[in-house]
Amino acid sequence: MNLIAWPLIVSLLSGALCLALWSLPTWQRRIGLVGSGANLIIALLLFQRVWGDGVQVLHIANWHAPFGISLVADTLSAVMVLMTATMGLSVHFYSWFCMDRDMEKYGFHALFHFLLMGVYSSFLTGDIFNLYVSFEIMLIASFVLLALGNRRAQIEGALKYMALNLFGSFLFLGGAGILYGIVGSLNMADVAVKLSTVDNPSLTTSLALIFLIAFGLKAAVFPFFSWLPASYHTPPSAVSAIFAALLTKVGVYSLMRFFSLIFVQNQEFTHEIIATVGLLGMFFGVLGAMSKNELRRILSFHSISQIGYMVFAFALMTPLSVAGAIFYMIHHSIVKSNLFLISGTIHRAFGSYHLNRIGGLYRSHPLLSAVFLISALSLAGLPPLSGFFSKVFLVKASFVVDRPGAVFIMLLVGMFTLISMTKIFDKGFWRPLSPEHKPVPLDESKAAYVGMMLPIVFLSGLTLAMGLFAPYVFEVFLRAAEELIEPTQYLQRVLGGVD
Amino acid sequence: MQTTLALLSGVVFACGVFLLLRRNMVKFVFGLALISQAVNMAIFTAGGLVRHKAPLIAPDQDTLALGAADPLPQAMILTAIVIGFGILAFTIVLILRTYEVFGNVDIDEVRAVDR
Repeated sequence: MNLIAWPLIVSLLSGALCLALWSLPTWQRRIGLVGSGANLIIALLLFQRVWGDGVQVLHIANWHAPFGISLVADTLSAVMVLMTATMGLSVHFYSWFCMDRDMEKYGFHALFHFLLMGVYSSFLTGDIFNLYVSFEIMLIASFVLLALGNRRAQIEGALKYMALNLFGSFLFLGGAGILYGIVGSLNMADVAVKLSTVDNPSLTTSLALIFLIAFGLKAAVFPFFSWLPASYHTPPSAVSAIFAALLTKVGVYSLMRFFSLIFVQNQEFTHEIIATVGLLGMFFGVLGAMSKNELRRILSFHSISQIGYMVFAFALMTPLSVAGAIFYMIHHSIVKSNLFLISGTIHRAFGSYHLNRIGGLYRSHPLLSAVFLISALSLAGLPPLSGFFSKVFLVKASFVVDRPGAVFIMLLVGMFTLISMTKIFDKGFWRPLSPEHKPVPLDESKAAYVGMMLPIVFLSGLTLAMGLFAPYVFEVFLRAAEELIEPTQYLQRVLGGVD
Repeated sequence: MQTTLALLSGVVFACGVFLLLRRNMVKFVFGLALISQAVNMAIFTAGGLVRHKAPLIAPDQDTLALGAADPLPQAMILTAIVIGFGILAFTIVLILRTYEVFGNVDIDEVRAVDR
């Protein structure tokens, strides 16, 4: 049995069932969680299959490539699906204990699964137009999730998020149309083969730039990031956490896929641009983060800086650097989403995300302090956590291609990240709460606190494990990177018609 | 014909971008609608324009006759129109909601208090 379509089917079914049980929020919650759990099992099986047999292909309705829509899972896709399923289950479990009952009533669980369906489908599709449709599924679900709850800040955030992302979608759609006009195909593998024979560098390069802007907008790459800090701090923290884990990663993944498979003709130009915006994003993102005093705003700005690392490393296009970029992507999903979950727990205890209105957590919540410290230090890149190794690979890769300036910026940004994390730890955890700010706890039940801590501790353990077993994990990413740079197996399996 | 349509799609896109950059969010919605139409037109044009040759396979044939119109861009546009319609509906609701909450559709006036 071919497993590729199952993550999509399970999310679609769970989402639809949740909609059908509109008036029974408790059942929605149960079905939602069962669906997320089932997807994790499927993702593990899919990964095992891909690891054993190589690239998996499913031609939908048996219309062979390039005529039908193909779903393709290579190592990178399988890793991303596994990451999505893990984050989906963790965040869904967390939301069980803290989600507003009103939001659950208005379809939180259904939207969550539709969002995941869009993400899975983006990671697994081998068709450009299908990728556009997946983006739209994901976007619509995320718009509603962002605005659900109807607070003023959420509406403001949703407007900005929507405006820029929709513009990106239309650019992508237009680009897909022009690409179809050039090569007459939409299957990624087929387009890659046919575009390599097109001898019109100015056309292909400008088309590549359209796609670069479209994916750059989704991934919050340097000049296009303004929607991210304007919106990520507004929804409930479970929603922020799943956004931080997945949405920008879909943009980075698509960028990697397109610029390693399709647009590889003019690398000195296109990949140099990607590297430059990566470095700029790294630097300006962290500067933005240092100027903020609200937990989730700080975290959002750090996302921009971390996305910079990923796209920069990818743009170097050596197996080591691309594997480093993938390592960074997985590490960042786990850690950043965990930090958002932790900030949600803090918000629950103090009724605020602002650093001046929280304090003394080190004394009152020792376990929370420990897991925050693990995630924060991992984000900054201290050994033996996953953030350290992702930076080690990137630094090494940059030295190999002789870019010492980039290494300098990376390490400088790492230090700034550490400073910014220290600021949170100092103000929120060590310093006692100043007497003029009374905490307004939202909910003080012990059981809910324990329930919320479970996924947080699990994710902290994951970043620790990724650091401790870095060589083994890296081996997986190295294979994914080699498949990206030399996509012969991908092309063969998709176009060869051999299942 | 191809050139005319290409230019037209460019002009419509430019008008859409101009409207997107307005502060008034109602204009923003119109801009969005224009851009989505411009993109559809671009797909249609890029897919190749063929006159008087419907993509129908003759009863005694197995494949399309040479030089027939390509039906795929139209299928893509149809999908894009449906998606664009859904997005437009959501945008309008969101802007209506903004007007109810903030009493204004000027993007500069939409500032949440809790920042």
